[in-house]
Amino acid sequence: MSKSILIVGGGLSGTIVANGLCRQLGEQLRTGAVTITMIGNSEQHLYQPGLLYVPFGRIREHELFRDQRRVLDRRVNLFVDPAKNVDVENGQVITEAGRSFKYDYLVLATGSRCMPQSVPGMKEGAHWFYELEAARKLRDALTDFQGGKIVVNVNAPHKCPVAPLELTLMLHEYLQGRGLRDKTEITYTYPIGRLHSLEPVAHWAGPVFEQTGIKSEIFFNTEKVDPEKKTITSMEGVELPYDLLITVPPHEGAQVISDSNLGKGGWVPTNTKTLHREGSTNVFVVGDTTNIPISKAGSTAHFEADVLIDNLTSLVTEGRFARDYDGKAFCFIETGFATGTYVWFNYQTPPTVAPPSQMLHWFKLAYNRLYWLSARGLL
Amino acid sequence: MAERQTIDARGAFCPGPLMELIAALKLATVGDEVEILSSDKGSATDIPAWVAKVGHEYVGTTEHDGYWSVVVRKAK
Repeated sequence: MSKSILIVGGGLSGTIVANGLCRQLGEQLRTGAVTITMIGNSEQHLYQPGLLYVPFGRIREHELFRDQRRVLDRRVNLFVDPAKNVDVENGQVITEAGRSFKYDYLVLATGSRCMPQSVPGMKEGAHWFYELEAARKLRDALTDFQGGKIVVNVNAPHKCPVAPLELTLMLHEYLQGRGLRDKTEITYTYPIGRLHSLEPVAHWAGPVFEQTGIKSEIFFNTEKVDPEKKTITSMEGVELPYDLLITVPPHEGAQVISDSNLGKGGWVPTNTKTLHREGSTNVFVVGDTTNIPISKAGSTAHFEADVLIDNLTSLVTEGRFARDYDGKAFCFIETGFATGTYVWFNYQTPPTVAPPSQMLHWFKLAYNRLYWLSARGLL
Repeated sequence: MAERQTIDARGAFCPGPLMELIAALKLATVGDEVEILSSDKGSATDIPAWVAKVGHEYVGTTEHDGYWSVVVRKAK
């Protein structure tokens, strides 16, 4: 009897899982012993890390997108019809158009989303760059900017933990290039008592901020933004004035997860090693959708997806698990427009930051294009 | 009815125990408790200090073998 694998979500992790399974299960797909179906939200696949470059005009928008049907292996049955309800008790997913899908194995890859509306005044008063339309507006605001106070405000939880630092350092160089740095005060705010959640990254960033004249306000968790007065206030009682506010809004998981009672805030309780949904034996969770206390990052999603491909393949062909996820994450960090570095770690290995270099920056730029090979399951 | 949620952030390098607590408190309702398990000794002092600063209620810390359990109640 045919085994059906259903993937909910067509972002990075869902796409890598789908394509990777096609490469591993070619024979089973050919004979009809296995079917792979994806329920996605969009005909377009977005390379999210590329949004970082949009405000500075350093990437063309067409480079961010590919047709999802062309990124996916043609053996994957794609339905662009968002999931409305995931019923794990009855092994069924219902879509917004009313389609119903049964499964033998379910992969939840529904991702995360910005929620500026969860902080009073943030949506009206702030710019952000984690979504295309917002990144375009920030680009326009930066073009019009002629000097003053810029606040870069980071909120918890959020994905891509190094992006706020990258944006801040790129902003410094952008303003230098326009001759506006002397007329601009940049203040970076962070929710905990250092500049980054990764301690070695925070230790590295401290002297860099000093050298570049970037101010900081730590233990800053946003309570409200006043777009009229142009101030941002923290729960800790600090108020900062701004002329331009760039925020990394707090994130939540997908609405369908909350609506299906699979996890508060859209985060699904997940086994840290097997990636099983807690309480299920045939439901797996991958990428930002998990509640695992590790970085919500593209690399995390990618490494989780690799493990899931091996485990689903082994389950289908041998009836056993292949291996555990080891918590691996690897993040490039742009330290300006000409240099970059990276950090990697897993559950057992503490993070270390490599010395920034031009070579690592070039590698990051190369990866912006190589990503499409990752999505296809080739890299 | 108040709930109690436990987050096992032992060995979590990023985002780390305090970021996990901040995120969990945003989703909790007033009166709910969040217990954070942390292998970072600094959490035993950092978390109560932050909780006092923002006006939540610090319930207590228990030291275990190689890790700390810090409990916070959402107060507002």
